[in-house]
Amino acid sequence: MARGNNNTNSIGLTKTDYRGKDTTLCAGCGHISIGSQIITTAFELGLQPEKIIKISGIGCSSKSPAYFLSRSFAFNALHGRMPSVASGAMLANRHLIAIGISGDGDTGSIGLGQFKHAMRRNTPMVYIVENNGVYGLTKGQFSATADEGQELKYYGTNELPPMDLCLEAIVSDCGFVARSFAGDPKQVRPLLKAAISYNGTALLDIVSPCVAFNNAADSTKGYDWARDNDTPLHDISYIPLHEEITADYEPGTTSSVTLHDGSSIILRKVDENYDPTSRTTALRTLEDAKEKNMLLTGLLYYNPRRASLVESERLTDTALSHLSETELRPSEESLKTIMTNL
Amino acid sequence: MVIADPLTENIGSEQKRNGKVINDFSILVATPNGSGSQTSNLVLLRALFKMGVPSSGKNLFPSNIQGMPTWYSIRCCQDGYVSWRERAEIAVLMNPATAPDDIAKIQPGGVCLYPESAVNELTRGDLNYYPMPTKQLSKEAPVSASMRPYIANMVYVGVLAHVLGIEITEIEAALRWQFSNRDKLVQLNLSVITAAEEWASQNLTKTDPYVVERSSATEGLMMIDGNSAAALGAIYGGMTVMSWYPITPSTSLADKLSHYAKDLRRSDTGKNTYAIVQAEDELAAIGMVIGAGWAGARAMTATSGPGISLMSEFAGFGYYAEIPAVIWDIQRVGPSTGLPTRVSQGDVTACYWSGHGDTEHVCLLPGNPAECFEFGWRAFDIAERLQTPVFVLSDLDLGMNNWMTTPFDYPEEPLDRGKVLTAKDVSSNGFHRYLDVDDDGIPYRTLPGNEQNGSAYFTRGSGHNADAMYSEDPKDYLENMKRLKKKLNTAQAYLPQPVTVLEHNADIGFIGFGSTDPAITEARDLLAAEGLASSYLRLRALPASTSITNFVNTHNRVYVIELNVDGQLHKVIRLQLPNLNTQLLSLAYCDGQPLTANWITKSVLDKEAEENGTRKQ
Ligand SMILES: Cc1ncc(C[n+]2csc(CCOP(=O)(O)OP(=O)(O)O)c2C)c(N)n1
Ligand code: SF4
Ligand SMILES: [Mg+2]
Repeated sequence: MARGNNNTNSIGLTKTDYRGKDTTLCAGCGHISIGSQIITTAFELGLQPEKIIKISGIGCSSKSPAYFLSRSFAFNALHGRMPSVASGAMLANRHLIAIGISGDGDTGSIGLGQFKHAMRRNTPMVYIVENNGVYGLTKGQFSATADEGQELKYYGTNELPPMDLCLEAIVSDCGFVARSFAGDPKQVRPLLKAAISYNGTALLDIVSPCVAFNNAADSTKGYDWARDNDTPLHDISYIPLHEEITADYEPGTTSSVTLHDGSSIILRKVDENYDPTSRTTALRTLEDAKEKNMLLTGLLYYNPRRASLVESERLTDTALSHLSETELRPSEESLKTIMTNL
Repeated sequence: MVIADPLTENIGSEQKRNGKVINDFSILVATPNGSGSQTSNLVLLRALFKMGVPSSGKNLFPSNIQGMPTWYSIRCCQDGYVSWRERAEIAVLMNPATAPDDIAKIQPGGVCLYPESAVNELTRGDLNYYPMPTKQLSKEAPVSASMRPYIANMVYVGVLAHVLGIEITEIEAALRWQFSNRDKLVQLNLSVITAAEEWASQNLTKTDPYVVERSSATEGLMMIDGNSAAALGAIYGGMTVMSWYPITPSTSLADKLSHYAKDLRRSDTGKNTYAIVQAEDELAAIGMVIGAGWAGARAMTATSGPGISLMSEFAGFGYYAEIPAVIWDIQRVGPSTGLPTRVSQGDVTACYWSGHGDTEHVCLLPGNPAECFEFGWRAFDIAERLQTPVFVLSDLDLGMNNWMTTPFDYPEEPLDRGKVLTAKDVSSNGFHRYLDVDDDGIPYRTLPGNEQNGSAYFTRGSGHNADAMYSEDPKDYLENMKRLKKKLNTAQAYLPQPVTVLEHNADIGFIGFGSTDPAITEARDLLAAEGLASSYLRLRALPASTSITNFVNTHNRVYVIELNVDGQLHKVIRLQLPNLNTQLLSLAYCDGQPLTANWITKSVLDKEAEENGTRKQ
């Protein structure tokens, strides 16, 4: 990693420059651990904090941006409406880096429409769902990703099947779909880095246990179960642009993906080779995993070919927010010409 | 006093010379929806306007694609009164289904044009009847059978040209304009029109008094719909992000924006200096607008009542978090789906107080296309200056119908981008997002991407202090809310002031806004002719200018005239002027049709008679 010295990164900032306010989340909440991975990632990538926008909806997950990247701009929006706000901001200024933070309630219920349409539009953003299977902030109601048949002390039995947000993303043509577990920072970090380098919407559906309302031993969103059943598809390493691959990999055990900005990720096989560029493989693999009751993690699907929202709108290179008056207001003559025809 | 019932007779004087009524009549064209009559109607309207006759056209159409009855109403008036009237001097009955009702809407002694075979019950004895050979002439036209009903509509253009004396050269010019100079289409339609005119000149004897004469009364004027004017205004105001969801009658605003922007707003490299996104719903549309406004775009949306309802949570957010946005509401009749293709001014309170909690929004109220253009660009200046969502309340009549207008003034002032701090500003003076530095209630903001450490802040809809930190401190909350009110007071300096006509010694005054302006103006003259003088204040923004206090004070009674049932503006003004409530009377009406001078005149006379009666007792 290119660093100034031991304590500073490539742009001369220390890790402290990426930290946030003291958390008010419950001790042990998965969201806290995701926040620290975001801090480390932004620090290690040497991102200019002021270029990052943290956009979120409403929920414990959505309020967590207060606890990382204090030097970045933040927009804590409405429940379920983070994607539209992020889309608008990225249209206004295409040079920003958008990190969207949402919850399973924020995304899977009230915001499902915006989730899918942001992907369909391919808004350039990292879309993180901190998935705990419940509504944390409103005190533990079942969310749309809760396990079927699950029992909760106050709300009884959940009769409905869970929604798989990665499946929803793939069928919505999201080109970067990954699943991970807040308890596995080693996997979360390279996925985050790759997601930031991706040109379009990159979904990270991260199991992020709620210790207050959904951490029973048999809950698929709890720490114990997730740790026991976490089945990585591959080991992932992120290689920034201009950095050499130093590790020695046995031939035939790895595949690599080059990202939009020239960086790449190396996927080293665990059991079998998994090809993340096949949509049908991804869908089948997720269905299989559900049947086998596994928490399958890693980069599930990757498609670099789609134009991002910024490209399909054919935006100028200069951010729309920074165009000059002459670029924004057509000439007086042009108005006269139009009016002579009316 | 006895006055004409508007449902049996138009009131007002006709311009009669040598037994002729010149440039003073309404034409009602009744057709089944989807039969393609719009081209014929627009060609007629444009030809009349270009002959110098002040005119307006109103499309009264159903919420339906094909088959239901629809009417187009053209009013010509040498004196410039072009508000819509309930009745017409001339009717063209292309829809047998509504013919009996349509005949009843003709002024006594008026004209009835009908397709030769279609109408068998020409019941009234006082009318001038002219048959039209629509079948025969459309059969002779070189078009496929499926195009015949459409071409039949050109027959009434030709017959009317003969009966009224509309110049064929102006009709041809209007066709060229309508078909963007596509020669084949122009010639095809023109051939049917001239054949019909020819037929009429040989077969009809004119028995009615109505004629058109070339005039100079429209010199220097143009004709355009408010939505096109608004789109142009937005483009010249530097609109950069527009997100919308289709809904009548706002859709054409977005369409026109795309239409004009693709030529006017290209960068040197051929890329777009704007984005127009059709969102998945109005929640997403306003979400994108708010996100874009926050990040420094001049962002807008256009919608109508149902969309306004969906946008209310974000409107409140924008008010509280202080984010610029422009929301055009092209009003139609509610509640709910209501009458989706009919006009109303029914969203005054929905917009003014949109959002839960204590909100109060700046609303602009354009009353003609020139103001749609002006407010089109000015709304961005106001939104960015005040850092708040700005609603612009147009309506279906103003937005979708063709209005005469003076040419648009190119904006003289440079864009007002409001209080935005640069990196240097932040590094030398620091930054407190919600601090009232200038004592005007308007704080400073930074844009995401500002490189200076300390420029970033946390935008939220939850309680916050002057540094945008989360706060539930009662003092912080209250101070913030009070500052927002103070900001609204500051707003007056940036808002369009009312247009006021003070009539010396007038006992009564009118307050109105928006598309009812022509009807109110005409009603004032009709009332003056009855000996009742009135002053008039046309409001152009909310919160209402403090000048209304003086206006109300100097009149014994002020009628707030509006196109809705509840008298929404009346309620708003009453709240603003609690001490003058007894002087403020409501004249509110809405049945889906434009407000008429007849209705206003009659209602004012009735109310005044009531008032005088009460006072005498
Ligand atoms: C329009 C609206 N409806 C309801 C709420 C109440 N609400 C706040 S957070 C929340 C659920 C959050 O759940 P999730 O997104 O899973 O976040 P978590 O707290 O579990 O991280 C709800 C329903 C709201 N804020 N806005
Ligand atoms: S309630 Fe659950 S989700 Fe919310 S902070 Fe506590 S552990 Fe985290
Ligand atoms: Mg949750």
